[in-house]
Amino acid sequence: MLNFAIETGFVLIGLAMLLNLWRLLRGPDITDRILALDTLNINAIALLVLFGIRAASSAYFEAALILAAMGFVATVALCKFLLRGDIIE
Amino acid sequence: MNAMIEFIISALILLGALFALLGSIGLARLPDFFTRLHGPTKATTLGVGAMVLASSVYFTATQPGVSLHEIAVMVFLFITAPVSAGLLAKAALHRRAAAPGKGADE
Amino acid sequence: MMHRLIPRPALSLALLLLWAALTNAASLGSLLLGALLALLLPHIAAPFWPDALRIGRPGLLPGFAARIVWDMLIANWAVARRVVGPLEKLSPAFVEVPLDLRDPFAATVLGSIVSLTPGTVSIDVDRERWVLQVHALDAPDPETLIRHIKQYYEQPIREIFAC
Repeated sequence: MLNFAIETGFVLIGLAMLLNLWRLLRGPDITDRILALDTLNINAIALLVLFGIRAASSAYFEAALILAAMGFVATVALCKFLLRGDIIE
Repeated sequence: MNAMIEFIISALILLGALFALLGSIGLARLPDFFTRLHGPTKATTLGVGAMVLASSVYFTATQPGVSLHEIAVMVFLFITAPVSAGLLAKAALHRRAAAPGKGADE
Repeated sequence: MMHRLIPRPALSLALLLLWAALTNAASLGSLLLGALLALLLPHIAAPFWPDALRIGRPGLLPGFAARIVWDMLIANWAVARRVVGPLEKLSPAFVEVPLDLRDPFAATVLGSIVSLTPGTVSIDVDRERWVLQVHALDAPDPETLIRHIKQYYEQPIREIFAC
Protein backbone atom coordinates (compact mmCIF):
# COMPACT_ATOMS: atom_id res chain seq x y z
CA MET A 1 0.00 0.00 0.00
CA LEU A 2 2.79 2.40 0.95
CA ASN A 3 4.65 1.70 -2.29
CA PHE A 4 1.55 2.41 -4.34
CA ALA A 5 1.00 5.71 -2.48
CA ILE A 6 4.62 6.74 -3.02
CA GLU A 7 4.58 5.92 -6.74
CA THR A 8 1.26 7.77 -7.22
CA GLY A 9 2.67 10.70 -5.24
CA PHE A 10 5.67 10.89 -7.61
CA VAL A 11 3.34 10.97 -10.64
CA LEU A 12 1.04 13.66 -9.18
CA ILE A 13 3.90 15.93 -8.09
CA GLY A 14 5.64 15.40 -11.42
CA LEU A 15 2.49 16.57 -13.18
CA ALA A 16 2.27 19.57 -10.85
CA MET A 17 5.88 20.51 -11.67
CA LEU A 18 5.19 20.23 -15.40
CA LEU A 19 2.28 22.66 -14.99
CA ASN A 20 4.56 25.04 -13.05
CA LEU A 21 7.14 24.78 -15.82
CA TRP A 22 4.48 25.65 -18.39
CA ARG A 23 3.51 28.77 -16.44
CA LEU A 24 7.19 29.64 -15.99
CA LEU A 25 7.82 29.54 -19.73
CA ARG A 26 4.55 31.20 -20.72
CA GLY A 27 4.49 34.12 -18.29
CA PRO A 28 3.02 36.47 -19.41
CA ASP A 29 4.27 38.91 -16.77
CA ILE A 30 7.49 38.58 -14.81
CA THR A 31 5.53 38.28 -11.54
CA ASP A 32 3.84 35.16 -12.97
CA ARG A 33 7.25 33.69 -13.63
CA ILE A 34 8.47 34.39 -10.10
CA LEU A 35 5.31 32.81 -8.70
CA ALA A 36 5.82 29.76 -10.94
CA LEU A 37 9.44 29.48 -9.80
CA ASP A 38 8.39 29.68 -6.14
CA THR A 39 5.76 26.98 -6.63
CA LEU A 40 8.24 24.82 -8.53
CA ASN A 41 10.57 25.11 -5.56
CA ILE A 42 7.86 24.14 -3.05
CA ASN A 43 6.91 21.14 -5.19
CA ALA A 44 10.58 20.14 -5.35
CA ILE A 45 10.61 20.11 -1.53
CA ALA A 46 7.62 17.74 -1.58
CA LEU A 47 9.42 15.53 -4.11
CA LEU A 48 12.57 15.41 -1.96
CA VAL A 49 10.62 14.52 1.17
CA LEU A 50 8.82 11.76 -0.74
CA PHE A 51 12.14 10.48 -2.05
CA GLY A 52 13.43 10.42 1.52
CA ILE A 53 10.50 8.21 2.58
CA ARG A 54 11.14 5.81 -0.33
CA ALA A 55 14.85 5.61 0.39
CA ALA A 56 14.10 5.28 4.15
CA SER A 57 16.83 7.84 4.78
CA SER A 58 16.46 11.09 6.70
CA ALA A 59 19.48 12.57 4.88
CA TYR A 60 17.15 14.15 2.30
CA PHE A 61 15.58 16.25 5.00
CA GLU A 62 18.56 18.61 5.19
CA ALA A 63 18.36 19.25 1.45
CA ALA A 64 14.62 19.97 1.75
CA LEU A 65 15.27 22.45 4.56
CA ILE A 66 17.95 24.29 2.57
CA LEU A 67 15.71 24.37 -0.49
CA ALA A 68 12.89 25.88 1.59
CA ALA A 69 15.17 28.58 3.03
CA MET A 70 16.88 29.45 -0.27
CA GLY A 71 13.60 29.48 -2.22
CA PHE A 72 12.05 31.97 0.17
CA VAL A 73 15.07 34.26 0.12
CA ALA A 74 15.18 34.10 -3.70
CA THR A 75 11.50 35.01 -4.03
CA VAL A 76 11.82 37.90 -1.59
CA ALA A 77 14.95 39.19 -3.35
CA LEU A 78 13.29 39.07 -6.77
CA CYS A 79 10.17 40.89 -5.46
CA LYS A 80 12.31 43.52 -3.74
CA PHE A 81 14.16 44.04 -7.00
CA LEU A 82 10.87 44.56 -8.87
CA LEU A 83 9.62 46.97 -6.21
CA ARG A 84 12.75 49.07 -5.76
CA GLY A 85 15.02 48.30 -8.71
CA ASP A 86 17.61 47.33 -6.12
CA ILE A 87 18.08 44.52 -3.63
CA ILE A 88 20.42 45.90 -0.99
CA GLU A 89 19.66 49.54 -0.36
CA MET B 1 5.18 -1.14 10.91
CA ASN B 2 1.54 -2.04 11.44
CA ALA B 3 -1.22 -1.62 8.86
CA MET B 4 -2.88 1.32 10.59
CA ILE B 5 0.27 3.47 10.54
CA GLU B 6 0.96 2.45 6.94
CA PHE B 7 -2.56 3.54 6.01
CA ILE B 8 -2.12 6.93 7.72
CA ILE B 9 1.20 7.54 5.94
CA SER B 10 -0.24 6.53 2.55
CA ALA B 11 -3.30 8.75 3.03
CA LEU B 12 -1.12 11.75 4.01
CA ILE B 13 1.14 11.23 0.98
CA LEU B 14 -1.78 11.00 -1.44
CA LEU B 15 -3.57 13.98 0.14
CA GLY B 16 -0.39 16.05 0.00
CA ALA B 17 0.38 15.18 -3.62
CA LEU B 18 -3.23 15.87 -4.62
CA PHE B 19 -3.22 19.33 -3.00
CA ALA B 20 0.14 20.15 -4.58
CA LEU B 21 -1.28 19.20 -7.98
CA LEU B 22 -4.50 21.20 -7.40
CA GLY B 23 -2.51 24.28 -6.45
CA SER B 24 -0.44 23.94 -9.62
CA ILE B 25 -3.56 23.43 -11.74
CA GLY B 26 -4.82 26.71 -10.28
CA LEU B 27 -1.53 28.39 -11.19
CA ALA B 28 -1.76 27.14 -14.78
CA ARG B 29 -5.48 27.62 -15.35
CA LEU B 30 -6.71 30.77 -13.61
CA PRO B 31 -7.09 33.87 -15.78
CA ASP B 32 -5.02 36.65 -14.17
CA PHE B 33 -2.10 37.08 -11.80
CA PHE B 34 -4.03 37.86 -8.61
CA THR B 35 -6.31 34.83 -8.91
CA ARG B 36 -3.28 32.67 -9.74
CA LEU B 37 -1.71 33.75 -6.47
CA HIS B 38 -4.37 31.80 -4.54
CA GLY B 39 -3.46 28.30 -5.73
CA PRO B 40 0.20 28.10 -4.67
CA THR B 41 -0.06 30.02 -1.39
CA LYS B 42 -2.75 27.75 0.02
CA ALA B 43 -3.01 24.41 -1.72
CA THR B 44 0.67 23.82 -2.40
CA THR B 45 1.72 24.83 1.10
CA LEU B 46 -0.85 22.49 2.64
CA GLY B 47 0.23 19.77 0.20
CA VAL B 48 3.85 19.97 1.32
CA GLY B 49 2.62 20.19 4.93
CA ALA B 50 0.80 16.86 4.61
CA MET B 51 3.79 15.30 2.85
CA VAL B 52 6.19 16.43 5.57
CA LEU B 53 3.80 15.12 8.24
CA ALA B 54 3.78 11.73 6.47
CA SER B 55 7.59 11.73 6.57
CA SER B 56 7.53 12.58 10.28
CA VAL B 57 5.12 9.70 11.05
CA TYR B 58 7.16 7.30 8.88
CA PHE B 59 10.51 7.98 10.52
CA THR B 60 8.99 7.99 14.01
CA ALA B 61 7.50 4.54 13.28
CA THR B 62 10.56 2.99 11.63
CA GLN B 63 13.51 4.49 13.50
CA PRO B 64 14.30 4.83 17.21
CA GLY B 65 13.16 8.07 18.79
CA VAL B 66 10.74 10.69 17.53
CA SER B 67 11.34 12.44 14.23
CA LEU B 68 10.37 16.05 14.83
CA HIS B 69 12.65 17.96 12.51
CA GLU B 70 10.17 17.71 9.61
CA ILE B 71 7.83 19.89 11.67
CA ALA B 72 10.44 22.66 11.42
CA VAL B 73 10.14 22.63 7.60
CA MET B 74 6.36 22.80 7.91
CA VAL B 75 6.44 25.74 10.34
CA PHE B 76 8.95 27.52 8.10
CA LEU B 77 6.77 27.06 5.00
CA PHE B 78 3.63 28.24 6.78
CA ILE B 79 5.38 31.37 8.02
CA THR B 80 7.05 32.23 4.68
CA ALA B 81 4.21 31.44 2.23
CA PRO B 82 2.02 34.47 3.18
CA VAL B 83 5.06 36.76 3.18
CA SER B 84 6.16 35.82 -0.34
CA ALA B 85 2.54 35.94 -1.59
CA GLY B 86 2.11 39.43 -0.14
CA LEU B 87 5.39 40.65 -1.63
CA LEU B 88 4.50 39.22 -5.05
CA ALA B 89 1.09 40.90 -4.94
CA LYS B 90 2.73 44.20 -3.98
CA ALA B 91 5.23 43.86 -6.82
CA ALA B 92 2.43 43.11 -9.31
CA LEU B 93 0.42 46.14 -8.12
CA HIS B 94 3.53 48.29 -8.39
CA ARG B 95 4.16 47.13 -11.98
CA ARG B 96 0.54 47.66 -12.92
CA ALA B 97 0.64 51.19 -11.54
CA ALA B 98 3.94 51.89 -13.33
CA ALA B 99 2.75 50.63 -16.74
CA PRO B 100 -1.07 50.86 -17.01
CA GLY B 101 -2.68 48.46 -19.47
CA LYS B 102 0.44 46.36 -19.68
CA GLY B 103 0.30 45.06 -16.09
CA ALA B 104 -0.45 41.73 -14.51
CA ASP B 105 -3.57 40.87 -16.56
CA GLU B 106 -3.31 38.72 -19.61
CA MET C 1 17.76 41.02 36.66
CA MET C 2 15.48 38.39 35.13
CA HIS C 3 14.31 40.91 32.56
CA ARG C 4 17.89 41.84 31.60
CA LEU C 5 18.84 38.18 31.17
CA ILE C 6 15.80 37.16 29.12
CA PRO C 7 14.48 40.29 27.37
CA ARG C 8 12.05 38.33 25.15
CA PRO C 9 10.74 35.25 26.94
CA ALA C 10 8.36 34.34 24.08
CA LEU C 11 11.12 34.60 21.47
CA SER C 12 13.52 32.55 23.62
CA LEU C 13 10.91 29.83 24.13
CA ALA C 14 10.15 29.71 20.40
CA LEU C 15 13.87 29.41 19.60
CA LEU C 16 14.33 26.59 22.13
CA LEU C 17 11.33 24.68 20.72
CA LEU C 18 12.61 25.16 17.15
CA TRP C 19 16.07 23.91 18.16
CA ALA C 20 14.52 20.88 19.89
CA ALA C 21 12.52 20.10 16.75
CA LEU C 22 15.53 20.49 14.43
CA THR C 23 17.76 18.18 16.48
CA ASN C 24 14.89 15.77 17.26
CA ALA C 25 15.46 16.61 20.95
CA ALA C 26 18.05 13.84 20.79
CA SER C 27 20.22 14.45 23.83
CA LEU C 28 20.60 16.59 26.91
CA GLY C 29 23.71 18.19 25.36
CA SER C 30 21.89 19.45 22.29
CA LEU C 31 19.07 20.79 24.47
CA LEU C 32 21.61 22.68 26.60
CA LEU C 33 23.18 24.14 23.46
CA GLY C 34 19.67 25.11 22.32
CA ALA C 35 19.01 26.81 25.65
CA LEU C 36 22.28 28.75 25.32
CA LEU C 37 21.30 29.89 21.81
CA ALA C 38 17.81 30.80 23.01
CA LEU C 39 19.41 33.04 25.66
CA LEU C 40 22.00 34.63 23.36
CA LEU C 41 20.12 35.19 20.09
CA PRO C 42 17.44 37.62 21.39
CA HIS C 43 20.25 39.92 22.60
CA ILE C 44 21.88 39.85 19.15
CA ALA C 45 18.53 40.30 17.36
CA ALA C 46 17.30 43.10 19.65
CA PRO C 47 18.35 45.97 17.31
CA PHE C 48 16.27 44.46 14.50
CA TRP C 49 13.18 43.96 16.61
CA PRO C 50 12.74 47.00 18.82
CA ASP C 51 9.18 46.43 20.13
CA ALA C 52 8.72 43.57 22.56
CA LEU C 53 5.75 41.30 22.03
CA ARG C 54 3.00 41.60 24.61
CA ILE C 55 0.79 38.58 25.07
CA GLY C 56 -2.38 39.36 26.96
CA ARG C 57 -4.20 36.06 27.12
CA PRO C 58 -1.96 33.13 26.07
CA GLY C 59 -4.69 30.70 27.16
CA LEU C 60 -6.69 31.54 24.03
CA LEU C 61 -3.80 30.54 21.74
CA PRO C 62 -4.38 26.74 21.41
CA GLY C 63 -8.08 27.11 20.58
CA PHE C 64 -7.35 29.84 18.05
CA ALA C 65 -4.57 27.77 16.43
CA ALA C 66 -6.88 24.75 16.15
CA ARG C 67 -9.53 26.95 14.57
CA ILE C 68 -7.04 28.26 11.99
CA VAL C 69 -5.87 24.75 11.06
CA TRP C 70 -9.48 23.66 10.61
CA ASP C 71 -10.30 26.78 8.53
CA MET C 72 -7.24 26.11 6.37
CA LEU C 73 -8.41 22.60 5.55
CA ILE C 74 -11.89 23.87 4.65
CA ALA C 75 -10.41 26.80 2.71
CA ASN C 76 -8.21 24.51 0.66
CA TRP C 77 -11.11 22.28 -0.19
CA ALA C 78 -13.20 25.31 -1.26
CA VAL C 79 -10.37 26.81 -3.33
CA ALA C 80 -9.58 23.43 -4.95
CA ARG C 81 -13.24 23.04 -5.99
CA ARG C 82 -13.29 26.50 -7.57
CA VAL C 83 -9.99 25.91 -9.35
CA VAL C 84 -11.22 22.82 -11.19
CA GLY C 85 -14.77 24.19 -11.65
CA PRO C 86 -16.00 26.64 -14.31
CA LEU C 87 -13.94 29.84 -14.14
CA GLU C 88 -16.62 32.23 -15.41
CA LYS C 89 -18.55 31.87 -12.16
CA LEU C 90 -15.71 33.40 -10.10
CA SER C 91 -15.96 36.99 -8.99
CA PRO C 92 -12.49 38.01 -7.79
CA ALA C 93 -12.29 41.33 -5.98
CA PHE C 94 -9.97 43.66 -4.07
CA VAL C 95 -11.38 44.30 -0.60
CA GLU C 96 -10.22 46.80 2.02
CA VAL C 97 -10.73 45.66 5.59
CA PRO C 98 -10.65 48.50 8.16
CA LEU C 99 -8.69 47.38 11.23
CA ASP C 100 -9.28 48.09 14.91
CA LEU C 101 -5.90 46.80 16.06
CA ARG C 102 -2.94 49.18 16.18
CA ASP C 103 0.10 46.95 16.49
CA PRO C 104 2.40 46.19 13.50
CA PHE C 105 3.22 42.65 14.66
CA ALA C 106 -0.42 41.75 15.32
CA ALA C 107 -1.34 43.20 11.91
CA THR C 108 1.31 41.00 10.27
CA VAL C 109 -0.04 37.94 12.07
CA LEU C 110 -3.56 38.81 10.92
CA GLY C 111 -2.32 39.28 7.35
CA SER C 112 -0.59 35.89 7.37
CA ILE C 113 -3.69 34.15 8.71
CA VAL C 114 -5.88 35.85 6.10
CA SER C 115 -3.45 34.66 3.40
CA LEU C 116 -3.72 31.07 4.56
CA THR C 117 -7.53 30.94 4.96
CA PRO C 118 -10.72 31.04 2.84
CA GLY C 119 -9.97 32.25 -0.69
CA THR C 120 -8.15 35.41 0.38
CA VAL C 121 -4.59 36.71 0.07
CA SER C 122 -3.54 39.75 2.06
CA ILE C 123 -1.50 42.19 0.01
CA ASP C 124 -0.51 44.97 2.33
CA VAL C 125 -1.17 46.59 5.68
CA ASP C 126 -1.57 50.34 5.39
CA ARG C 127 -0.11 51.61 8.68
CA GLU C 128 -1.36 55.15 8.20
CA ARG C 129 -5.03 54.38 7.66
CA TRP C 130 -4.84 50.92 9.36
CA VAL C 131 -6.48 49.12 6.49
CA LEU C 132 -5.73 45.56 5.42
CA GLN C 133 -5.74 45.20 1.66
CA VAL C 134 -7.06 41.79 0.63
CA HIS C 135 -7.60 40.05 -2.69
CA ALA C 136 -10.43 37.51 -2.69
CA LEU C 137 -10.72 34.71 -5.23
CA ASP C 138 -14.49 34.56 -5.08
CA ALA C 139 -16.28 37.33 -3.17
CA PRO C 140 -19.73 38.15 -4.53
CA ASP C 141 -20.42 40.05 -1.28
CA PRO C 142 -17.39 41.92 0.18
CA GLU C 143 -19.33 43.02 3.31
CA THR C 144 -19.71 39.41 4.47
CA LEU C 145 -16.01 38.80 3.95
CA ILE C 146 -15.03 41.88 5.96
CA ARG C 147 -17.35 40.90 8.80
CA HIS C 148 -15.98 37.33 8.75
CA ILE C 149 -12.34 38.46 8.96
CA LYS C 150 -13.06 40.97 11.74
CA GLN C 151 -15.15 38.61 13.82
CA TYR C 152 -13.23 35.34 13.53
CA TYR C 153 -9.61 36.50 13.15
CA GLU C 154 -9.13 40.11 14.25
CA GLN C 155 -11.14 39.86 17.46
CA PRO C 156 -9.21 36.83 18.87
CA ILE C 157 -5.87 38.37 17.83
CA ARG C 158 -6.72 41.59 19.67
CA GLU C 159 -7.54 39.59 22.79
CA ILE C 160 -4.39 37.42 22.58
CA PHE C 161 -1.94 40.27 21.91
CA ALA C 162 -3.78 42.80 24.07
CA CYS C 163 -3.92 45.61 21.54
